[in-house]
Amino acid sequence: MKKFLIALLFAPVLAFASGAAVHLDKWPGSVSDKAALQNGAKLFVNYCLNCHGASYMRYKNLMDLGLTETQVKDNLMFTADKIGELMRVAARSDEQKLWFGAAPPDLTIIARARGEAGNAGAGADWLYTYLRSFYRDVNRPTGWNNVVFENVGMPHILYGLQGEQVRNHETHKLELAVPGSMAPAEFDKAVSDLVGFMVWMAEPQQEFRRTLGVFVLAFLALLFVVSYALKKEYWKDIH
Amino acid sequence: MSKQGKMDCGRRRLIVATAAVGGVGAVGALVPFVSSLLPSERAKAAGAPVEVDISKLEPGQMMTVEWRGKPVWIINRTKDMLDTLPKLADAVADPKSEKDQQPAYAKNDTRSIKPEIMVVIGICTHLGCSPSQKFKKGSEEGMGGEWLGGFLCPCHGSTFDFAGRVFKAKPAPTNLEVPPHVYLSDTRILVGEDKKGA
Amino acid sequence: MAAGNFEKYKSDGSIGGNVLEWVDARFPATSLWKGHLSEYYAPKNFNFWYFFGSLALLVLVIQIVTGIFLVMHYKPDAAVNANGVPIAFASVEYIMRDVPGGWLIRYMHSTGASAFFIVVYLHMFRGLLYGSYRKPRELTWLFGVGIFLVLMGEAFFGYLLPWGQMSFWGAQVIVNLFSAIPVIGPDLSIIIRGDFVVGDATLNRFFSFHVIAFPLVLLGLVAAHVLALHETGSNNPDGVEIKANKDENGIPLDGIPFHPYYTVKDIVGVVVFLMVFSAVMFFAPEGGGYFLETPNFYPADPLKTPPHIAPVWYFTPYYSILRAMVWNFFGLPAKLWGVVGMGASVVIFAALPWLDRSPVKSIRYRGPITKVMLTIFVICFFILGYLGTLSPSPMGELVSQICTVFYFGFFLGMPWWSRMDKFKPVPDRVTMK
Repeated sequence: MKKFLIALLFAPVLAFASGAAVHLDKWPGSVSDKAALQNGAKLFVNYCLNCHGASYMRYKNLMDLGLTETQVKDNLMFTADKIGELMRVAARSDEQKLWFGAAPPDLTIIARARGEAGNAGAGADWLYTYLRSFYRDVNRPTGWNNVVFENVGMPHILYGLQGEQVRNHETHKLELAVPGSMAPAEFDKAVSDLVGFMVWMAEPQQEFRRTLGVFVLAFLALLFVVSYALKKEYWKDIH
Repeated sequence: MSKQGKMDCGRRRLIVATAAVGGVGAVGALVPFVSSLLPSERAKAAGAPVEVDISKLEPGQMMTVEWRGKPVWIINRTKDMLDTLPKLADAVADPKSEKDQQPAYAKNDTRSIKPEIMVVIGICTHLGCSPSQKFKKGSEEGMGGEWLGGFLCPCHGSTFDFAGRVFKAKPAPTNLEVPPHVYLSDTRILVGEDKKGA
Repeated sequence: MAAGNFEKYKSDGSIGGNVLEWVDARFPATSLWKGHLSEYYAPKNFNFWYFFGSLALLVLVIQIVTGIFLVMHYKPDAAVNANGVPIAFASVEYIMRDVPGGWLIRYMHSTGASAFFIVVYLHMFRGLLYGSYRKPRELTWLFGVGIFLVLMGEAFFGYLLPWGQMSFWGAQVIVNLFSAIPVIGPDLSIIIRGDFVVGDATLNRFFSFHVIAFPLVLLGLVAAHVLALHETGSNNPDGVEIKANKDENGIPLDGIPFHPYYTVKDIVGVVVFLMVFSAVMFFAPEGGGYFLETPNFYPADPLKTPPHIAPVWYFTPYYSILRAMVWNFFGLPAKLWGVVGMGASVVIFAALPWLDRSPVKSIRYRGPITKVMLTIFVICFFILGYLGTLSPSPMGELVSQICTVFYFGFFLGMPWWSRMDKFKPVPDRVTMK
């Protein structure tokens, strides 16, 4: 009977424990690295914000990365004139639908949307792998394809930095055919910073949330001690 | 059970301790709820300072801009208009602007930084209606023959002069409020902020 | 024992005393306080499992309070704003970012939804362990099943409101279930949606149900549940009726006043619960992608179904039972049987008081058959729940069919296996373990 129960318990685990289709590289960054986030913000504004909006996010929030209002205004704000404005996209979504076949998604919370059940943090790994996995494909209208997101509508926007990759027909691995302005390690770091910014942007208060959590738990521990002592005191009557 | 009806000291101390710590927790738990009632970032962005170009504002004219959802009047007062102000010193309730309805730099005879340019929130201090212009002297616009020009609130009849000062014996308790503002240049005013780039 | 004839409050001459006397002459303040708290006698041997009733009440309060504040900022509108995002979806992100403290209130509410089901499931399991549903507490149990049903509706309506991909497609699938009902089905699903697809009309009526109708019913049922319980008195881990042994004053020998004894004990339970709750809320508010499903971070798109849709975890056992039904019995389509199976798997809890024929209530004095059956039931419940989060597969279908058979076998076979089982003699008085 017990064996049967154990078999029953593990049957689904064995039957369904299949791995993800594409191997994702682990995102090496951290949201507490302010310098990396600032660099990521710069990359995001220069490369992503032309087509993708971050329309739940205000420029003002960028000051949380340790920037002054003037720094944000001078270096990161190109399409808005007030610091309180949302980070809207310059292009119109219906026009973009014509160019790319689909309107580029808003990126404010993309890092959370790309997570998985059982691994909510996988969104960062997905973005980190995706942005480094473009390769030349003459059959695509944009001339680009992606290992992680097959037949993606987006062209390789960072190719000037990374260079051109091609997919080896035998090994199916990506190889750098034309070098870009950055060395591979340098490019990986840049993408890591960019992904870090997107992870941060998906929930700008996340660091504060965790800090607050520590205090709340410490406080509850104190409350537990006194309330448990009170309970003990009363219950010593009960036998 | 404390059958004697009196509570021993240790028990009382623990009740107080638990209630105190729990009370602190309850107050802490209130913080997000109460703060959620404050203006949001969107409201703050909408209430951000407004830059106004007054280069096209002719003498004797008034323009209205929106700041925090309220009308802000900018009036380019003529010499004639300014001359009415000292004459009304006895007729208005607070001629010297003693009540705190303006920043310190506007607490003067004209209630303004530059004598001719008046910046004032066009909301009656009685119950929040927006007064209308009655710039012409005399009874031409339905005012009394003594009228020297100013504003009339249509809701409850409060009257104000060209410096936004309320006349005596009117429902409005104070002069119209002068918002914080600063001259970015000769012809550009930033309404809502005192200091440049603060 | 319930609110009965308690002497009215007599003032000691102080101002406070006079006010109390005035109030008590016009309102049953004393009898409510004494009848339900200070002179409500509960068995003294409550264990760990008896925390979850008061915790369920706590979570209800959390949900109502946070809900009130969320409604101040949320907008049930499926129309698209200037940035191309549905207003409802954008208003949730507005709460998360622009409203001061809004993110915390929202996480309390989303974590609270899952916490509610965890607490209620454990509370129900306690009932199964100690036979709390049995005579004379059948009505308490039935009100409880009512609460459970309303809670599922409440959760389902609430899940549409963020207007994300999971919200939209989950509602789409569940509403389409009703179209399986013969004859009236297709029209019924249109009436529920108010449109031919899940749309703005659906969002607005679900909002109305979620914030007004269902909470009202829920509060009424909770009151009835507690009143019925206090009429019969609480069961306990020994399944002994404490009212059978009373002292000369009519107070049960094994009973202790709910206040202060269980109030101070429940405070400890509340603090421990809040620690777990806070740990999730502050360090893993997505609940690993199970409390807040990741596709729900995309706004609803009626043209694109996410590659893998699964209900929220608390619905997955029933969802598995729905998917397990693949045969056309008696000329009726499998789709209908799926709906019937899913509905029956929830409603069948209501029959428990009449299915259980064992002479004893508590599992402590019941034999191996009960223990094995209950264990299998719980394991099947977990497996069904796990399978419901996965994409359909042949292996999963087979396993969920086996589990569905065990699930219903537990209930439908109960009149026989509960009688067949051996049982130990039940003591007269409760035991303190």
